[in-house]
Amino acid sequence: MTMTKKANEIKASEINESTPWQEMTIGGEIYEGGTSALVNTGEWRTMIPIFHEEKCNHCMLCVPFCPDSSIPVENGKRKDFDLMHCKGCGICFKVCAHKAISYEKVGA
Amino acid sequence: MAYSLKQQVEKPERFVGGHRLCAGCGAAITVRGVMRALKPEDKAVVVNATGCLEVSSFLYPYTAWEDSYIHSAFENAGATAGGVEAAYRVLKKKGKVNETFKFIAFGGDGGTYDIGFQSLSGAMERGHDIVYVCYDNEAYMNTGVQRSSSTPRFADATTTPAGSIIPGKPQNKKDLTAIMAAHGIPYVAQTTFLGNFKDFHEKAEKAIYTEGPTFLNVMSPCPRGWRYETEDIAEICKLAVDTCVWPLFEVVDGVWKLNYEPRKKLPVEEYLKKQGRFRHMFNPGSEWMIEEVQKHVDKKWEALLNKCK
Repeated sequence: MTMTKKANEIKASEINESTPWQEMTIGGEIYEGGTSALVNTGEWRTMIPIFHEEKCNHCMLCVPFCPDSSIPVENGKRKDFDLMHCKGCGICFKVCAHKAISYEKVGA
Repeated sequence: MAYSLKQQVEKPERFVGGHRLCAGCGAAITVRGVMRALKPEDKAVVVNATGCLEVSSFLYPYTAWEDSYIHSAFENAGATAGGVEAAYRVLKKKGKVNETFKFIAFGGDGGTYDIGFQSLSGAMERGHDIVYVCYDNEAYMNTGVQRSSSTPRFADATTTPAGSIIPGKPQNKKDLTAIMAAHGIPYVAQTTFLGNFKDFHEKAEKAIYTEGPTFLNVMSPCPRGWRYETEDIAEICKLAVDTCVWPLFEVVDGVWKLNYEPRKKLPVEEYLKKQGRFRHMFNPGSEWMIEEVQKHVDKKWEALLNKCK
Protein backbone atom coordinates (compact mmCIF):
# COMPACT_ATOMS: atom_id res chain seq x y z
CA MET A 1 0.00 0.00 0.00
CA THR A 2 1.33 3.42 -0.92
CA MET A 3 1.41 6.20 1.61
CA THR A 4 -1.22 8.78 0.73
CA LYS A 5 -0.46 12.40 1.39
CA LYS A 6 -2.81 14.72 3.21
CA ALA A 7 -4.66 16.98 0.78
CA ASN A 8 -2.85 20.11 1.95
CA GLU A 9 0.51 18.46 1.28
CA ILE A 10 -0.25 17.90 -2.40
CA LYS A 11 1.34 20.57 -4.59
CA ALA A 12 -0.03 21.79 -7.92
CA SER A 13 3.38 21.17 -9.50
CA GLU A 14 3.02 17.44 -8.70
CA ILE A 15 -0.36 17.07 -10.45
CA ASN A 16 -0.49 16.34 -14.16
CA GLU A 17 -2.51 14.40 -16.76
CA SER A 18 -1.21 11.02 -15.53
CA THR A 19 -1.78 11.59 -11.80
CA PRO A 20 -4.16 8.92 -10.41
CA TRP A 21 -7.21 10.28 -8.60
CA GLN A 22 -6.00 8.91 -5.26
CA GLU A 23 -3.12 11.38 -5.39
CA MET A 24 -5.28 14.39 -6.22
CA THR A 25 -7.06 16.70 -3.81
CA ILE A 26 -10.79 16.17 -3.22
CA GLY A 27 -13.36 18.51 -4.76
CA GLY A 28 -10.95 20.31 -7.08
CA GLU A 29 -9.37 22.16 -4.15
CA ILE A 30 -5.85 23.48 -4.11
CA TYR A 31 -4.04 24.66 -0.99
CA GLU A 32 -1.53 27.19 -2.38
CA GLY A 33 -1.97 30.51 -4.17
CA GLY A 34 -0.78 31.71 -7.55
CA THR A 35 -0.06 28.27 -9.05
CA SER A 36 -0.97 29.48 -12.55
CA ALA A 37 2.51 31.03 -12.60
CA LEU A 38 3.65 27.52 -13.56
CA VAL A 39 1.75 27.79 -16.86
CA ASN A 40 3.58 29.13 -19.91
CA THR A 41 1.12 31.45 -21.67
CA GLY A 42 3.99 33.28 -23.36
CA GLU A 43 3.83 30.74 -26.18
CA TRP A 44 0.48 32.26 -27.26
CA ARG A 45 2.26 35.37 -28.52
CA THR A 46 2.20 36.40 -32.16
CA MET A 47 3.40 39.92 -31.27
CA ILE A 48 5.99 40.82 -28.64
CA PRO A 49 6.65 44.00 -26.62
CA ILE A 50 10.31 45.01 -26.33
CA PHE A 51 11.40 47.10 -23.34
CA HIS A 52 13.89 49.91 -23.98
CA GLU A 53 15.13 50.68 -20.49
CA GLU A 54 17.12 53.77 -21.51
CA LYS A 55 13.89 55.54 -22.59
CA CYS A 56 11.80 54.51 -19.56
CA ASN A 57 11.19 57.09 -16.85
CA HIS A 58 9.42 54.55 -14.63
CA CYS A 59 6.11 56.44 -14.60
CA MET A 60 4.42 53.00 -14.18
CA LEU A 61 1.46 53.86 -16.43
CA CYS A 62 1.91 50.55 -18.26
CA VAL A 63 1.87 48.39 -15.12
CA PRO A 64 -1.83 48.45 -14.10
CA PHE A 65 -2.89 48.05 -17.76
CA CYS A 66 -1.17 44.65 -18.14
CA PRO A 67 -3.80 41.84 -18.06
CA ASP A 68 -1.11 39.23 -17.48
CA SER A 69 0.74 40.76 -14.53
CA SER A 70 3.83 40.62 -16.71
CA ILE A 71 5.49 43.94 -15.85
CA PRO A 72 7.45 43.39 -12.64
CA VAL A 73 8.28 46.38 -10.41
CA GLU A 74 11.12 46.47 -7.91
CA ASN A 75 12.33 49.38 -5.77
CA GLY A 76 10.55 52.03 -7.81
CA LYS A 77 11.80 50.67 -11.15
CA ARG A 78 9.90 48.71 -13.75
CA LYS A 79 11.82 45.64 -14.86
CA ASP A 80 11.89 43.82 -18.20
CA PHE A 81 8.80 41.83 -19.24
CA ASP A 82 7.91 38.46 -17.78
CA LEU A 83 7.82 36.76 -21.16
CA MET A 84 6.71 33.42 -19.78
CA HIS A 85 3.27 34.97 -19.13
CA CYS A 86 3.01 37.99 -21.50
CA LYS A 87 0.54 37.17 -24.30
CA GLY A 88 1.66 40.08 -26.46
CA CYS A 89 -1.56 42.14 -26.41
CA GLY A 90 0.36 45.40 -26.92
CA ILE A 91 -1.66 47.52 -24.45
CA CYS A 92 1.57 48.60 -22.69
CA PHE A 93 3.06 49.71 -26.01
CA LYS A 94 0.07 51.97 -26.64
CA VAL A 95 -0.09 53.55 -23.15
CA CYS A 96 3.64 54.30 -22.95
CA ALA A 97 4.17 58.04 -23.50
CA HIS A 98 7.97 57.73 -23.70
CA LYS A 99 8.33 55.21 -26.53
CA ALA A 100 10.11 52.90 -24.11
CA ILE A 101 8.18 49.91 -25.47
CA SER A 102 8.18 48.77 -29.08
CA TYR A 103 5.82 46.15 -30.46
CA GLU A 104 6.98 43.67 -33.06
CA LYS A 105 5.98 40.46 -34.83
CA VAL A 106 7.33 37.38 -33.07
CA GLY A 107 10.35 36.08 -34.96
CA ALA A 108 10.44 39.08 -37.31
CA MET B 1 -3.14 59.38 2.03
CA ALA B 2 -2.88 60.77 -1.48
CA TYR B 3 -2.91 58.23 -4.30
CA SER B 4 0.46 57.25 -5.72
CA LEU B 5 0.56 54.81 -8.63
CA LYS B 6 4.26 54.17 -7.92
CA GLN B 7 3.49 53.01 -4.39
CA GLN B 8 0.51 50.94 -5.46
CA VAL B 9 2.34 48.94 -8.15
CA GLU B 10 5.07 48.08 -5.67
CA LYS B 11 2.59 45.94 -3.69
CA PRO B 12 2.87 42.15 -4.10
CA GLU B 13 0.72 40.89 -7.00
CA ARG B 14 -2.47 39.07 -5.93
CA PHE B 15 -3.61 37.95 -9.40
CA VAL B 16 -0.65 36.30 -11.13
CA GLY B 17 0.11 35.54 -14.78
CA GLY B 18 -0.45 32.17 -16.41
CA HIS B 19 -4.26 32.47 -16.31
CA ARG B 20 -5.96 31.59 -19.59
CA LEU B 21 -7.89 34.84 -20.22
CA CYS B 22 -7.42 36.14 -23.79
CA ALA B 23 -4.59 38.50 -24.70
CA GLY B 24 -5.71 42.03 -23.85
CA CYS B 25 -8.62 40.94 -21.61
CA GLY B 26 -10.28 43.74 -19.65
CA ALA B 27 -11.50 41.41 -16.88
CA ALA B 28 -7.91 40.70 -15.81
CA ILE B 29 -7.16 44.43 -15.60
CA THR B 30 -10.27 44.91 -13.44
CA VAL B 31 -9.30 42.11 -11.08
CA ARG B 32 -5.73 43.33 -10.67
CA GLY B 33 -6.95 46.86 -9.98
CA VAL B 34 -9.44 45.74 -7.33
CA MET B 35 -7.04 43.34 -5.60
CA ARG B 36 -4.33 46.02 -5.56
CA ALA B 37 -6.63 48.20 -3.42
CA LEU B 38 -6.44 45.67 -0.55
CA LYS B 39 -3.99 46.43 2.22
CA PRO B 40 -1.18 43.87 1.85
CA GLU B 41 -1.75 42.66 5.42
CA ASP B 42 -5.46 41.94 4.84
CA LYS B 43 -6.61 38.63 3.45
CA ALA B 44 -9.42 38.16 0.98
CA VAL B 45 -11.97 35.55 0.05
CA VAL B 46 -12.83 35.87 -3.62
CA VAL B 47 -16.14 34.53 -4.89
CA ASN B 48 -16.55 34.23 -8.63
CA ALA B 49 -19.71 33.81 -10.66
CA THR B 50 -19.41 31.58 -13.72
CA GLY B 51 -17.97 33.43 -16.67
CA CYS B 52 -14.77 34.08 -18.61
CA LEU B 53 -12.91 35.03 -15.45
CA GLU B 54 -13.95 31.88 -13.63
CA VAL B 55 -13.17 29.38 -16.38
CA SER B 56 -9.83 31.06 -17.09
CA SER B 57 -8.42 31.91 -13.68
CA PHE B 58 -8.87 28.53 -12.01
CA LEU B 59 -8.10 25.45 -14.09
CA TYR B 60 -7.28 22.71 -11.62
CA PRO B 61 -4.61 22.67 -10.25
CA TYR B 62 -3.65 26.13 -11.48
CA THR B 63 -5.10 29.16 -9.72
CA ALA B 64 -4.18 32.72 -10.66
CA TRP B 65 -5.37 33.91 -7.23
CA GLU B 66 -3.07 34.36 -4.24
CA ASP B 67 -6.15 34.58 -2.02
CA SER B 68 -8.85 32.05 -1.15
CA TYR B 69 -11.16 31.52 -4.09
CA ILE B 70 -14.59 29.91 -4.47
CA HIS B 71 -16.62 29.21 -7.55
CA SER B 72 -20.10 27.78 -7.04
CA ALA B 73 -22.43 28.66 -9.91
CA PHE B 74 -23.56 31.35 -12.33
CA GLU B 75 -26.52 32.59 -10.33
CA ASN B 76 -25.30 32.74 -6.77
CA ALA B 77 -22.00 34.64 -6.32
CA GLY B 78 -23.83 37.17 -4.13
CA ALA B 79 -25.32 34.47 -1.91
CA THR B 80 -22.01 32.59 -1.65
CA ALA B 81 -20.11 35.74 -0.68
CA GLY B 82 -22.79 36.61 1.86
CA GLY B 83 -22.63 33.11 3.36
CA VAL B 84 -18.86 33.19 3.74
CA GLU B 85 -19.02 36.63 5.32
CA ALA B 86 -21.69 35.49 7.80
CA ALA B 87 -19.58 32.45 8.77
CA TYR B 88 -16.52 34.67 9.22
CA ARG B 89 -18.39 37.00 11.55
CA VAL B 90 -19.37 34.05 13.77
CA LEU B 91 -15.85 32.57 13.76
CA LYS B 92 -14.35 35.94 14.56
CA LYS B 93 -16.77 36.43 17.47
CA LYS B 94 -15.81 33.01 18.81
CA GLY B 95 -12.11 33.87 18.53
CA LYS B 96 -11.44 31.15 15.94
CA VAL B 97 -10.22 33.61 13.29
CA ASN B 98 -8.01 36.53 14.13
CA GLU B 99 -6.93 37.91 10.77
CA THR B 100 -8.91 40.54 8.88
CA PHE B 101 -10.66 39.13 5.83
CA LYS B 102 -12.38 41.02 3.05
CA PHE B 103 -15.03 39.43 0.84
CA ILE B 104 -15.00 40.27 -2.83
CA ALA B 105 -17.33 38.79 -5.43
CA PHE B 106 -16.56 39.10 -9.14
CA GLY B 107 -19.08 38.50 -11.88
CA GLY B 108 -19.32 39.40 -15.54
CA ASP B 109 -22.37 41.20 -16.84
CA GLY B 110 -24.05 37.85 -17.59
CA GLY B 111 -23.53 36.70 -13.99
CA THR B 112 -24.48 40.11 -12.57
CA TYR B 113 -27.04 41.97 -14.72
CA ASP B 114 -28.88 38.74 -15.66
CA ILE B 115 -28.34 35.38 -14.01
CA GLY B 116 -26.91 36.39 -10.62
CA PHE B 117 -29.15 39.40 -10.18
CA GLN B 118 -31.52 37.92 -7.59
CA SER B 119 -28.74 36.67 -5.30
CA LEU B 120 -26.84 39.93 -5.68
CA SER B 121 -29.93 41.94 -4.80
CA GLY B 122 -30.60 39.67 -1.80
CA ALA B 123 -27.05 39.89 -0.48
CA MET B 124 -27.11 43.68 -0.76
CA GLU B 125 -30.48 43.93 0.99
CA ARG B 126 -29.33 41.68 3.86
CA GLY B 127 -26.42 44.05 4.45
CA HIS B 128 -23.47 41.66 4.27
CA ASP B 129 -20.04 43.31 4.51
CA ILE B 130 -19.05 42.39 0.96
CA VAL B 131 -17.95 44.05 -2.27
CA TYR B 132 -19.55 42.94 -5.51
CA VAL B 133 -17.53 43.84 -8.59
CA CYS B 134 -19.08 43.51 -12.02
CA TYR B 135 -16.54 43.37 -14.85
CA ASP B 136 -18.92 44.57 -17.52
CA ASN B 137 -17.94 43.51 -21.05
CA GLU B 138 -21.49 43.82 -22.34
CA ALA B 139 -22.25 40.28 -23.53
CA TYR B 140 -21.75 36.57 -22.74
CA MET B 141 -18.20 36.51 -24.06
CA ASN B 142 -17.25 33.13 -22.58
CA THR B 143 -19.83 31.24 -24.62
CA GLY B 144 -19.47 33.30 -27.81
CA VAL B 145 -20.83 36.83 -27.57
CA GLN B 146 -24.54 36.25 -26.88
CA ARG B 147 -26.44 39.39 -25.89
CA SER B 148 -27.06 40.14 -22.21
CA SER B 149 -29.18 42.85 -20.60
CA SER B 150 -25.95 44.86 -20.46
CA THR B 151 -25.35 44.74 -24.23
CA PRO B 152 -25.98 48.22 -25.65
CA ARG B 153 -28.59 48.87 -28.33
CA PHE B 154 -27.49 48.10 -31.92
CA ALA B 155 -24.52 45.96 -30.84
CA ASP B 156 -23.99 42.98 -33.13
CA ALA B 157 -24.14 39.91 -30.88
CA THR B 158 -24.52 36.30 -32.01
CA THR B 159 -28.12 36.17 -30.70
CA THR B 160 -28.94 39.65 -32.03
CA PRO B 161 -27.05 39.61 -35.34
CA ALA B 162 -27.11 42.85 -37.31
CA GLY B 163 -28.61 42.29 -40.75
CA SER B 164 -31.67 43.02 -42.85
CA ILE B 165 -34.15 41.77 -40.19
CA ILE B 166 -32.81 43.53 -37.06
CA PRO B 167 -30.12 46.23 -36.69
CA GLY B 168 -28.29 44.43 -33.85
CA LYS B 169 -29.68 44.34 -30.31
CA PRO B 170 -33.11 46.01 -30.24
CA GLN B 171 -33.08 47.07 -26.56
CA ASN B 172 -31.07 49.60 -24.58
CA LYS B 173 -28.57 48.59 -21.91
CA LYS B 174 -29.93 48.07 -18.39
CA ASP B 175 -28.68 50.71 -15.94
CA LEU B 176 -27.50 48.33 -13.24
CA THR B 177 -25.40 50.85 -11.33
CA ALA B 178 -28.53 52.97 -10.72
CA ILE B 179 -30.47 49.85 -9.71
CA MET B 180 -27.78 48.99 -7.16
CA ALA B 181 -27.84 52.58 -5.86
CA ALA B 182 -31.61 52.16 -5.39
CA HIS B 183 -30.84 49.38 -2.88
CA GLY B 184 -29.75 52.18 -0.52
CA ILE B 185 -26.39 50.55 0.20
CA PRO B 186 -23.51 52.69 1.53
CA TYR B 187 -21.35 52.72 -1.61
CA VAL B 188 -21.95 52.25 -5.34
CA ALA B 189 -19.59 53.37 -8.09
CA GLN B 190 -18.94 53.11 -11.77
CA THR B 191 -15.44 53.29 -13.27
CA THR B 192 -13.10 52.02 -15.99
CA PHE B 193 -9.39 52.08 -16.93
CA LEU B 194 -8.10 55.62 -17.28
CA GLY B 195 -4.59 57.07 -17.13
CA ASN B 196 -2.94 56.37 -13.81
CA PHE B 197 -5.94 54.40 -12.43
CA LYS B 198 -6.61 57.01 -9.73
CA ASP B 199 -10.39 56.97 -10.19
CA PHE B 200 -10.46 53.15 -10.34
CA HIS B 201 -8.20 52.67 -7.34
CA GLU B 202 -9.96 55.13 -5.06
CA LYS B 203 -13.32 53.54 -5.85
CA ALA B 204 -12.03 50.01 -5.27
CA GLU B 205 -10.50 51.09 -1.98
CA LYS B 206 -13.72 52.78 -0.83
CA ALA B 207 -15.76 49.76 -1.90
CA ILE B 208 -13.54 47.35 0.04
CA TYR B 209 -13.11 49.46 3.16
CA THR B 210 -16.65 50.83 3.50
CA GLU B 211 -18.54 48.71 6.03
CA GLY B 212 -21.58 46.98 4.57
CA PRO B 213 -22.51 45.93 1.07
CA THR B 214 -20.89 47.85 -1.79
CA PHE B 215 -21.05 47.57 -5.55
CA LEU B 216 -18.54 48.47 -8.23
CA ASN B 217 -19.37 48.41 -11.94
CA VAL B 218 -16.28 48.42 -14.14
CA MET B 219 -16.45 48.73 -17.91
CA SER B 220 -14.00 46.01 -18.97
CA PRO B 221 -13.70 45.93 -22.77
CA CYS B 222 -13.42 42.58 -24.57
CA PRO B 223 -11.31 42.73 -27.75
CA ARG B 224 -12.92 39.56 -29.18
CA GLY B 225 -16.55 40.50 -28.62
CA TRP B 226 -16.24 44.23 -29.28
CA ARG B 227 -13.94 43.59 -32.23
CA TYR B 228 -11.07 46.04 -31.82
CA GLU B 229 -7.31 45.49 -31.81
CA THR B 230 -6.12 44.27 -28.38
CA GLU B 231 -3.67 47.16 -27.91
CA ASP B 232 -6.43 49.83 -28.14
CA ILE B 233 -8.14 49.23 -24.78
CA ALA B 234 -6.97 52.49 -23.15
CA GLU B 235 -8.29 54.51 -26.09
CA ILE B 236 -11.66 52.70 -26.04
CA CYS B 237 -12.10 53.40 -22.31
CA LYS B 238 -11.12 57.05 -22.70
CA LEU B 239 -13.63 57.46 -25.55
CA ALA B 240 -16.34 55.76 -23.47
CA VAL B 241 -16.01 58.41 -20.76
CA ASP B 242 -15.44 61.36 -23.11
CA THR B 243 -18.59 60.54 -25.10
CA CYS B 244 -20.49 60.02 -21.79
CA VAL B 245 -21.41 56.49 -22.89
CA TRP B 246 -19.85 55.31 -19.58
CA PRO B 247 -19.84 58.19 -17.08
CA LEU B 248 -17.70 57.98 -13.96
CA PHE B 249 -19.70 58.55 -10.79
CA GLU B 250 -20.23 57.27 -7.28
CA VAL B 251 -23.15 57.18 -4.86
CA VAL B 252 -22.03 57.56 -1.25
CA ASP B 253 -24.81 57.02 1.31
CA GLY B 254 -27.37 57.98 -1.30
CA VAL B 255 -25.56 61.12 -2.46
CA TRP B 256 -24.69 61.08 -6.17
CA LYS B 257 -21.34 62.50 -7.20
CA LEU B 258 -19.96 62.94 -10.71
CA ASN B 259 -16.23 62.16 -10.78
CA TYR B 260 -15.39 63.19 -14.33
CA GLU B 261 -16.86 65.69 -16.71
CA PRO B 262 -15.29 65.70 -20.17
CA ARG B 263 -13.87 69.08 -21.15
CA LYS B 264 -15.47 68.51 -24.54
CA LYS B 265 -18.25 65.94 -24.76
CA LEU B 266 -17.45 63.96 -27.91
CA PRO B 267 -20.10 62.64 -30.32
CA VAL B 268 -20.92 58.94 -29.77
CA GLU B 269 -19.63 57.89 -33.19
CA GLU B 270 -16.08 58.51 -31.95
CA TYR B 271 -16.62 55.60 -29.54
CA LEU B 272 -18.78 53.46 -31.85
CA LYS B 273 -16.54 53.59 -34.92
CA LYS B 274 -13.63 51.99 -33.07
CA GLN B 275 -15.53 48.74 -32.62
CA GLY B 276 -16.51 46.06 -35.10
CA ARG B 277 -19.73 45.26 -33.21
CA PHE B 278 -21.10 48.65 -34.31
CA ARG B 279 -19.69 48.60 -37.87
CA HIS B 280 -23.12 48.22 -39.55
CA MET B 281 -24.16 51.57 -38.00
CA PHE B 282 -21.83 53.31 -40.42
CA ASN B 283 -23.42 51.86 -43.56
CA PRO B 284 -25.36 54.29 -45.79
CA GLY B 285 -28.93 54.59 -44.52
CA SER B 286 -27.95 53.67 -40.92
CA GLU B 287 -27.47 57.26 -39.74
CA TRP B 288 -30.67 57.00 -37.68
CA MET B 289 -29.03 54.39 -35.45
CA ILE B 290 -26.22 56.75 -34.46
CA GLU B 291 -28.81 59.50 -33.86
CA GLU B 292 -30.81 57.15 -31.61
CA VAL B 293 -27.70 56.26 -29.59
CA GLN B 294 -26.75 59.94 -29.26
CA LYS B 295 -30.27 60.80 -28.07
CA HIS B 296 -30.18 58.00 -25.50
CA VAL B 297 -26.71 58.94 -24.21
CA ASP B 298 -27.69 62.63 -23.96
CA LYS B 299 -30.85 61.79 -22.03
CA LYS B 300 -28.99 59.54 -19.57
CA TRP B 301 -26.20 62.11 -19.17
CA GLU B 302 -28.66 64.95 -18.41
CA ALA B 303 -30.43 62.75 -15.88
CA LEU B 304 -27.10 61.91 -14.24
CA LEU B 305 -26.09 65.58 -14.06
CA ASN B 306 -29.41 66.32 -12.36
CA LYS B 307 -28.86 63.55 -9.81
CA CYS B 308 -25.36 64.85 -9.10
CA LYS B 309 -26.41 68.46 -8.48
